Amino acid sequence: MEFTEKHVEGLKELLYKMADDLLIIGHRNSEWTGLGPMLEEDIAFSSMAQDKVGQSLALFELLHELGESDPDTVAFTRNDNQFHCSQLVELPIGEYDFSMVRHFFFDHAEAIRFEMLADSVFEPLSMVARKFKGEIKYHTMHADIFMKKLAAGGEESFSRMQNSINETFGLALGMFEPGNFEAKLIEAGIFGGEAELQQRWLDKVVPLLESFGYVVPKVENTEAAFGGRHGVHTPHLQPLLDEMTEVFSIDPGADW
Amino acid sequence: MIVKSLDPRIERAALDDESKIGELNVHEHFETYEVFQQVKRGTHHQHVGNVHAPNAEMAMLFAKEQYCRRGAAVNLWVVATSNVFVTEYVDADIFETTEDKLYRDPNSYKVMDRINAFKARTSKV
Repeated sequence: MEFTEKHVEGLKELLYKMADDLLIIGHRNSEWTGLGPMLEEDIAFSSMAQDKVGQSLALFELLHELGESDPDTVAFTRNDNQFHCSQLVELPIGEYDFSMVRHFFFDHAEAIRFEMLADSVFEPLSMVARKFKGEIKYHTMHADIFMKKLAAGGEESFSRMQNSINETFGLALGMFEPGNFEAKLIEAGIFGGEAELQQRWLDKVVPLLESFGYVVPKVENTEAAFGGRHGVHTPHLQPLLDEMTEVFSIDPGADW
Repeated sequence: MIVKSLDPRIERAALDDESKIGELNVHEHFETYEVFQQVKRGTHHQHVGNVHAPNAEMAMLFAKEQYCRRGAAVNLWVVATSNVFVTEYVDADIFETTEDKLYRDPNSYKVMDRINAFKARTSKV
């Protein structure tokens, strides 16, 4: 099937939201560097944050090949309303319970999204999706083991985690906000769409959390935090961007 | 009082508020696990270091990031350090041997390792 202009637009929209999610969560999670609960976890969490930024670079490079500006320009010169990340990823790191729950929800969604994209007819994207399979598998393994351990870590630990799950669930559903070209992407075989992704994500995370002893809120009783995919963000994103681009902005043309 | 940091993330953490910093006593540390890494299937697992962790599963998680970030591993063992039986250095003389029994030294094994490594190297080319 020949790609029309709409397909390319939809593809770019998809790549932007994925790349922005990864860049922003990578930056957020790196804020734990030096502050992690223990040395080994500090290193593991920081290393995964670095992986996320690397994954976002691979996607920004695909966008560049599709005619968008180069990765540094795209990453460091946009304002918050030009970002397509979900609101979930832009929120401050909070305490470790929130960061861990976010990591769990986000990384399972990413893993399934990449799994779906491994079969994309847009080959450069399916190649990227396959390239990071092992990396993402470790990330979800890390999240699962922590969620399980903290569920069994005593009353304070359990209730902190459960509260974070309750508060984060709607934000997580915001990840699956439909784009403007869902039908086009599905028809062309580029991506199976947000609705399918959400369903597969629920099928994965709900039984997993229940097996750890948590109670998962019901989708029908939860308001999804939509807006991020269309440039509507919380007040937390712009300060993050200001901080992230502080050095770049001193001399945007500098040779690194 | 902790020196003010130029890093905004450290500033946000308000570490200079000493009341927020809990004390960690000796027995509150997690136990350690010894980490053994296998570089290639069929080769020996080799000791590469240790990690603190609350259980073996998490030790594996941490070991992967501490010791295998640059690839070069296909398998990991983690073993609680407390499960390792250790000889005493005062008994190190049990390993001594007299010079007139060289015929009992299994030198050929050491040579075989080198021969096999050479074969593996050259067969790749």
